[in-house]
Amino acid sequence: MNHSFDLETAQNPSSLRRTVIEPVSRVEGHGKVTILLDDQNKVHQVRLHIVEFRGFEKFIEGRPYWEVPVLVQRLCGICPVSHHLASSKAMDMIVGATQLTPTAEKIRRLMHYGQMLQSHALHFFHLSSPDLLFGFDADVAKRNVIGVAAANPEVAKKGVLLRKYGQEVIRVTSGKRVHGTGSIPGGVNKSLSTEERDYLLKDIDQMIAWSRDAVRIIKQLHCQNPALYDSFAMVPSTMMSLVGTSGEMDFYHGALRARDKDGEVMFDQVSYQGYNSLLTEGVKPWSYMKFPYITALGEEAGWYRVGPLSRVQNCDVIPTPLAEAERQEFLAHAQGGPMHGSLAFHWARMVEMLFSAETIKSLLLDDDLLGDQLVTSGPRRQEGIGVIEAPRGTLFHHYRVNDDDVVTYANLIVSTTNNNMAMNIAVRDVAKNYLNGRELTEGLLNHIEVAIRCFDPCLSCATHALGRMPLDVSLVDAGGRQIDRLIKDDRGEIVQVAS
Amino acid sequence: MIAPTLIFGWGNPSRGDDALGPMLIERIEALLPAHPQWGEVDLLTDFQLQVEHALDLAGRRRVLFVDACAAALDGPYRVSRLRPARDASFTTHSLSPEGVMMVFAEMTGAEPPPCHLLAIAGHGFELGNPLGDLAGANLEAALSWTGRWLTGDKSTTE
Repeated sequence: MNHSFDLETAQNPSSLRRTVIEPVSRVEGHGKVTILLDDQNKVHQVRLHIVEFRGFEKFIEGRPYWEVPVLVQRLCGICPVSHHLASSKAMDMIVGATQLTPTAEKIRRLMHYGQMLQSHALHFFHLSSPDLLFGFDADVAKRNVIGVAAANPEVAKKGVLLRKYGQEVIRVTSGKRVHGTGSIPGGVNKSLSTEERDYLLKDIDQMIAWSRDAVRIIKQLHCQNPALYDSFAMVPSTMMSLVGTSGEMDFYHGALRARDKDGEVMFDQVSYQGYNSLLTEGVKPWSYMKFPYITALGEEAGWYRVGPLSRVQNCDVIPTPLAEAERQEFLAHAQGGPMHGSLAFHWARMVEMLFSAETIKSLLLDDDLLGDQLVTSGPRRQEGIGVIEAPRGTLFHHYRVNDDDVVTYANLIVSTTNNNMAMNIAVRDVAKNYLNGRELTEGLLNHIEVAIRCFDPCLSCATHALGRMPLDVSLVDAGGRQIDRLIKDDRGEIVQVAS
Repeated sequence: MIAPTLIFGWGNPSRGDDALGPMLIERIEALLPAHPQWGEVDLLTDFQLQVEHALDLAGRRRVLFVDACAAALDGPYRVSRLRPARDASFTTHSLSPEGVMMVFAEMTGAEPPPCHLLAIAGHGFELGNPLGDLAGANLEAALSWTGRWLTGDKSTTE
């Protein structure tokens, strides 16, 4: 059984001291960690509160269905392409496009793998590698991409250029640098010209080489300190993802598979059209974000983890040679059992980045990308469900459309919501192991943030306007009195607020 | 040929006043044909600043970053000269403009071009909301300043 409820609710919370970390740094949106300590600094309760924006569905309902693939990109500044494509797949069903033309499907795949490449590059080189390269307790000024650039200019440069290349794939396939309109219900609105294909082909071998370098970096870090990397923020859990019809890794399309924490297949090739009976979106009174679980297993045992660490261990094979070789090394390191330490996310993520780069190359060598059969359609339907493996995990879009072509119902389960319970477990594991009886320091707080960042959570696109207060830490005694408060401003300056 | 002037406005067009950056870009784009004296100008937008935007600074003579500002300002907008900074901010998935400049400096070994930040006061940032009336007035004031900046009016950056 997954140990989901340990430390979720203390027996006597009113007598405990409260530590609040708000919001979690380098995580999109708002996140707040609440830790209740007793007088001996023993952890009694840990909860990750994510202030999820609740207006997604209302934002979409009432709009014409053909606007939705463009509109949903504005839900999230981090993975707009994932929403663009998941909603397109759902709208394919509305227009009766059960089978896209080869050109349309491959253009979409190219766009999606470009998104995966740039997202994974950003996360590893920008958000997480600073922690990994400098250590969790390093000077905060070093723990960001600029610190990496100063100490390792070549590593930082590769990260920037990998990211830029992925963005170029998106621009070429979607027609615009941001808010592209490339994917439409039933297909795409443009294919590639020979010049565009050659432009992207020119640099792809370099991108593959740099992706291999990135796998080597994280593999080396992992193998140099297995005691930390194999056990930090341990989350033994069910793993769920899409896989292809032969069990292969596929980010664009497939059916659902889940393995239990020991690696045994629980279900396989389950159509995502039945997601709303397979899964239940649980709610907890202390959190705005839902807690999805596999209905048949119930709330306590049925939660699961999605994203790179699940995908790499859930599939039977990666259909590109270099990434598959790296997956085999990953599995060998695990010595036959699944890896559940959260830092293994980074290794898995870089294997996926290599897979993405290899897939982009194979797609670019396919002349179907140059075709002119872009759109198809069939009998009109009133309901559509589209699912995709987004950079952070499985993403569900579900719509109903009336006879006037207006969306009357929308339901989205985003990747970060799928990982809600797993992230809570990761934070509890870190709090238990690193905060008991220890002084609250920035380095210790960063351990919690490191654990959360492993999941690369995308917390629903908070506005980023200048002036936002990014970090607020409060310490409250058993009587409810605030005894200390630290504020970190958006420049990293720490201000102590007198009680 | 890289345009010597870059204006980069960022924000989510569907989040109320967060649209100020992209909307200023739209307005300038419409004005460009009637103002040849502004010279060649590149206009870019995105949801937020990221590491790859450092590459957009290359070859520029001057750069203006434009964003909505949630903090209280003395007026409708605030202009500040930017310097590259080892940005220790916890800025989620987005970089500060100073951080973008520093990435440029670290990657190229060269000084970034002169950069200014035009921060326009915004007040509401809810998904699905249009630009507020107050923010709209602030946008007009910021647009006027930008026109003077584009003509090379030295008072705009002193």
